[in-house]
Amino acid sequence: MTPQMAVFLILAAVTVAGAVSLILQRHPIHSALSLIVVMVALAGLYLLQGAEFIAAVQIIVYGGAIMVLFIFVIMLLNAGEEERTNLSRMARFVGVPLGMVFLLEVAYWIARATSHMTQSSSQAVSTRDLSTLLFREYVFPFELTSFLILIALLGALVLARREDSD
Amino acid sequence: MNEFASQHPLLVVALPKIAVLLFVLLTTLAYLTWFERKVVAHIQARWGPYRVGPHGLLQPLADGLKFLFKEDVTPAGADKFAYFLAPFLSLSLAITSIAVIPFGPKEFTVFGQSTPLAITNLNIGLLILFAITSMSVYGVALAGWSSNSKYSLLGGLRSSAQMVSYELALTMSVVGVVLMAGTFNLSEIVQAQQGFHWGFVPRWNLIGSPMPQVIGFFLFFTAAVAETNRAPFDLVEAEQELVGGFHTEYSSFKFAMFFMAEYSSMITVSCLATILFFGGWLSPFPQTMGWGWTRYIPAVTFAVAGLALIVHGVRYLTILGRFVLPVLGLGLGGLGVLFARPGLPEFVQGPFWFLLKITIFIFVYVWLRGTLPRLRYDKLMDFGWKVLLPLSILNVVITSLAIVWTQR
Repeated sequence: MTPQMAVFLILAAVTVAGAVSLILQRHPIHSALSLIVVMVALAGLYLLQGAEFIAAVQIIVYGGAIMVLFIFVIMLLNAGEEERTNLSRMARFVGVPLGMVFLLEVAYWIARATSHMTQSSSQAVSTRDLSTLLFREYVFPFELTSFLILIALLGALVLARREDSD
Repeated sequence: MNEFASQHPLLVVALPKIAVLLFVLLTTLAYLTWFERKVVAHIQARWGPYRVGPHGLLQPLADGLKFLFKEDVTPAGADKFAYFLAPFLSLSLAITSIAVIPFGPKEFTVFGQSTPLAITNLNIGLLILFAITSMSVYGVALAGWSSNSKYSLLGGLRSSAQMVSYELALTMSVVGVVLMAGTFNLSEIVQAQQGFHWGFVPRWNLIGSPMPQVIGFFLFFTAAVAETNRAPFDLVEAEQELVGGFHTEYSSFKFAMFFMAEYSSMITVSCLATILFFGGWLSPFPQTMGWGWTRYIPAVTFAVAGLALIVHGVRYLTILGRFVLPVLGLGLGGLGVLFARPGLPEFVQGPFWFLLKITIFIFVYVWLRGTLPRLRYDKLMDFGWKVLLPLSILNVVITSLAIVWTQR
């Protein structure tokens, strides 16, 4: 086993464990912490693929900024522990099998799509190349995305305001 | 041995480097508390620590031992996991960030392995530092939340809001430097600042071309002081309102870990300010004809400091001091003599100037604390969002325009 493979397996295991823990934890803060673990482990996986810039941005944006807001809101609302309910009959007999089917389906399609993939050149993608690509060739979709985010932000503001004036 | 080194570069080169840096860093952290207490005391016309060892030099050791032997209290109703995690997160992240800082230009050779004067030289060094900064909010936020205390919670909330707000200005303020250097690699950013205006004024980014980053520097340093939760932005631990803020409920060594994390991030910020705006390890003097004598400044500085310490030490009022201070002086003087030996001045020069610049920044940090009153919380938020952020965006726009203009 190559060192890369070992690191990949470790990071993948941490990612999955974090995701499972995110669902199973009863306290919102612990769930948020699990999500942070997932984000950081994902950044490690990007780094393993040679995408340095994406890895750093993943930590700065998702691991840092966004999750801090999550934690901040949970702290501000002082949210307590969730009550655990037993699975309802509907969830047990319809939900669980359907979830399984869905998972299998996803696994099947991923396996099919990646079977004829070749290994990417393990050369690191430089930040310069990435930004040239982003700001020259894909500048229109890039700007469009930022507008989309801006619209979402404004929408949130409008909604929050309306409640305020009542 | 050389063969073994080439097969296991990690074991022979990287690990010892990490161990040495960690030892030096932790000792420095301990003595920074002494430095801060001394400087603040003298600003307030007091003596500061004086009893434990000559000039209070053993005070950090005594404090460290005290921290170790104090009872470690966990408050009732605390979230155990997060309560334990928070100080570890704070300290480990703060220390990790030192790993990407380059201390000098020269590579040195260990058992045939050439290695830079840094733990690692990354292409995205600056981004990694910001990634670590963005993660370090969690230490403070979790500590505040998990303590099950209203003071801690309020401190934690304030700190997360403050750190998130100032992180934006912090990141935007260095974009100008990155644009001018064209890289995120910290060593290359320093190398881009080589050269002199009119032959003797260094072209550091602060006064560099095409766009001097004076505004960038002041924005960066202000935001960085806020990001490290130091006075005058230390609302996180405003004693009068919040007892101790996020670390109110922490005791013993966990408290010490927060303390060390704070000092460690002060060092990181000073390193970063030096690298980004003040030419890192570059000497402020040209290396051309007529300026060659400046290579011996480190040696002379150490020798003179050692001599002064010996002269002062032999007349110190305690017997221990009369023994310890001259020995310290001998050590410093010896280093000075060593640095003057052929071949060494060129090597020592880089780290010397770098450490000197860092020391100045740390002094400024302490000076700020001794001089400026604390901001009110709403003023702090207003300042971050309405002054620092717009100014930093303006700086980016002007710098990019200047770069485009000169490149035509």
